[in-house]
Amino acid sequence: MSELRANLAAVSGGDASLVAPRRAAHATAPHVRLAPLPAGVVDAAPVLLGCRGLQKSYRKGAHQIPVLQGIDLEVRQGEFLAIVGQSGSGKSTLLHLLGTLDRPDEGQVHFDGSRIDNLPAATHDLLRNRYFGMIFQFYHLLPELSTLANVLAPALIAESTLGYWRRRRDYRRRALDLLELVGLSHRLKHKPRELSGGEMQRAAIARALLMQPRVLLADEPTGNLDRSTGEAVMQTLIELNRQSGLTIVMVTHDRWIAEQADRTVQLVEGRIAD
Amino acid sequence: MYKLLLCWRYLRTRYIALVCIVSVMLGVATMVVVNSVMAGFTHEMQVRLNGMLGDLVLESRSMDGAADAEAAMETIRQTAGDAVVGMSPTVSVPALMYIDVGGQSLTRQITMVGIDESTYADVSQFGDYLQHPDNREQLQFELRDDGYDVYDHQIEDQSDMKPRQAMADAGWRYRRYKAMLKAQQREQRRRADAARMQALAASGVDPQAGFGETGAADSAAVPGGANDDANPATAFSDPFATAAGDEQPQGRDFDPANETHTGIVVGMGICSWRGSDGADQFIALPGDDVRVSFPKASLPPEAISEFYTVVDFYESKMQEYDASFVFVPLRKLQESRGMIDPTTGIAKFTSIQIKLAPGVDANQVRDQLQEAFPSELFLVSTWRDKQGPLLAAVQMETAVLNVLLFMIVAVAGFGILAIFFMIVVEKTRDIGILKSLGASAGGVMGIFLTYGVSLGAVGAGVGVAIGLAFTHYINEIADLLSQLTGQPVFDPAVYYFYKIPTIVNPLTVAWIALGAVLIAVAASVLPALRAAKLHPVRALRYE
Ligand SMILES: Nc1ncnc2c1ncn2[C@@H]1O[C@H](COP(=O)(O)OP(=O)(O)OP(=O)(O)O)[C@@H](O)[C@H]1O
Ligand SMILES: [Mg+2]
Repeated sequence: MSELRANLAAVSGGDASLVAPRRAAHATAPHVRLAPLPAGVVDAAPVLLGCRGLQKSYRKGAHQIPVLQGIDLEVRQGEFLAIVGQSGSGKSTLLHLLGTLDRPDEGQVHFDGSRIDNLPAATHDLLRNRYFGMIFQFYHLLPELSTLANVLAPALIAESTLGYWRRRRDYRRRALDLLELVGLSHRLKHKPRELSGGEMQRAAIARALLMQPRVLLADEPTGNLDRSTGEAVMQTLIELNRQSGLTIVMVTHDRWIAEQADRTVQLVEGRIAD
Repeated sequence: MYKLLLCWRYLRTRYIALVCIVSVMLGVATMVVVNSVMAGFTHEMQVRLNGMLGDLVLESRSMDGAADAEAAMETIRQTAGDAVVGMSPTVSVPALMYIDVGGQSLTRQITMVGIDESTYADVSQFGDYLQHPDNREQLQFELRDDGYDVYDHQIEDQSDMKPRQAMADAGWRYRRYKAMLKAQQREQRRRADAARMQALAASGVDPQAGFGETGAADSAAVPGGANDDANPATAFSDPFATAAGDEQPQGRDFDPANETHTGIVVGMGICSWRGSDGADQFIALPGDDVRVSFPKASLPPEAISEFYTVVDFYESKMQEYDASFVFVPLRKLQESRGMIDPTTGIAKFTSIQIKLAPGVDANQVRDQLQEAFPSELFLVSTWRDKQGPLLAAVQMETAVLNVLLFMIVAVAGFGILAIFFMIVVEKTRDIGILKSLGASAGGVMGIFLTYGVSLGAVGAGVGVAIGLAFTHYINEIADLLSQLTGQPVFDPAVYYFYKIPTIVNPLTVAWIALGAVLIAVAASVLPALRAAKLHPVRALRYE
């Protein structure tokens, strides 16, 4: 119990500005860091997210389907990592484990120096809400909400009714900034089904960035888009990484897309291939 | 925050949720209406029952009564003290009443009650139910000149009811008119007889034998010639109408035009009936004479038969009472039944009606009094005890109705359950999305619970509004339905109320609404739990 609490303290430790939106300094731009990182700095940066000996298998009746069989991975702060692999190789499963959506059978997941895979569900919820941003192949926007409301959803989840009401202007401004950044300022009132795939994915990116996450986990963000739209989305991600130093872990089966990342690892039969 | 937002969005976009709301609403509305009407009926009935019976009754277990009401009342006063504010001794006896209608004698089984008119008004609402305004002030067993109520004084809104035109004629005027007709008729008959006698004498037949024959024929001719003298409208147009029962006047020179027998107050239901059109038909009126047979309090019992003059009707609107009770002066009944000890002059009584001070616990006083009197001779009971089966039946009826109606709301609850499961399945992916964005299991559960509460609250709220509106306009609605179907929905002939009585009990309404909301919440717990337990990855992969 004390270990859990220490971990939790380490996770949300000290940096209160992570929890509350940074109002004053970056009111106009949602970027975490404005200056591009000089080459070589990434290699020296501390490990932000990693896993060791990660194993996961699905059970179908008496069958055990091993999906991940011991994954060791380290993602440094400010890095843009691409994970490639064939369909069914377990890329999504790995990303879900890294993003605390699921728990591994064996192995550990580390974030910012603390083990996170064994934390209680409530802490996982907090982590996903404040520290991880996630985007998916199928966008996963809430169909009942407008684009703007979708982008604001993480803040709605984070805050109590009263707290949200008090900070609604900050959140709104930040959401509008993000939507401008991804080029969706003209689609604020539209429902997801009235948007194109590219637009939906860009709304999803804006939503993932609202709470100023430390790391962005993207599961085939371009998988459902045509080449040029996919490139535009990739461009947005690259810009976020280069200009704001946002750490990105992206899963894709598209080699061409993967090449644009800082580093690429390949997943073969549940292991990282060298 | 997102809970409220999403809940609101789901509520607005799922029209199927409206079905839940409507079913909750209908259940709640019916329950409100039924409870209000039942409460109205119960209240009306209790007021009438309590109005007829005193708060407490001390009864002699013997039909022939027990001696010395004064001593008994003194004991009561000493035992119960300030709790008792009024007492009145009565004698009741089962009797047969003969009403002469058009020469036919109608026999009614009645209970004859001797009351002390000076104190009886203290212990019951009896006076309020009389039909002559002066009698309502102070009952006198005397026939009034006229002025009996044509309009039911117990009904505030007269617009719906038919006036009792017959009552306008009741009283001395009616009695004299009937006596005059009777005298004319007798005179006519006498003349006809005389003429026949002369004719017979002229033809040489023995006049004595002829007289006998015509006498017999006469008495047969009277009923044949008179008809419907209960209805003065026709009685006035019919010169052969006969006043009831004056064929055998008491005393030699009893003059019905100027004298009456002892007064009797007769239940409205004994002398009248209500047609399906709501108008009352009368078979006797104040001013008519009736004949009553009842046993003397002697051994062996001996039936006696006496004439009384109807001086007023009473209408408690409790069919059971109005159709069986008649009231006569206590002293007269005691004399007639031989209940007065010739040496001491102490009269027997069969019961003492007791009025309690407001707020006094009747059951407690009853138990005190029962201890003070030997229970093998006297029985003390409250009016609730006396009407126990009836009140219990009504209560039972209300309870059963409530259970049945609550089932309707419960069925609505199962509807909510099914529909919520549907929505949870439909929204599986959204639930996964919310969880991936950091929504907690409790938060997701909260969405569906809030959803359930909203459905229940909206359904209950609208249901209560509809129920209250329906209750408020229930008589108008009943009238409208009667007009549309041609069938009286609320037949005043059956219920003896002109209107459907309703009482809205705010507490009951609140309970109904609360119950409906609770059912809605209970029905949404299972789907909400399921939503909360959904694994985020599985939910996200759900197609
Ligand atoms: N709930 C489950 N039960 C059983 N097997 C599962 C389950 N979820 C995933 N799998 C299996 O795990 C393996 C890895 O799945 P995963 O979705 O991680 O693959 P992927 O690499 O993301 O594939 P793609 O590129 O098509 O998205 C697959 O073989 C899949 O069939
Ligand atoms: Mg996948």
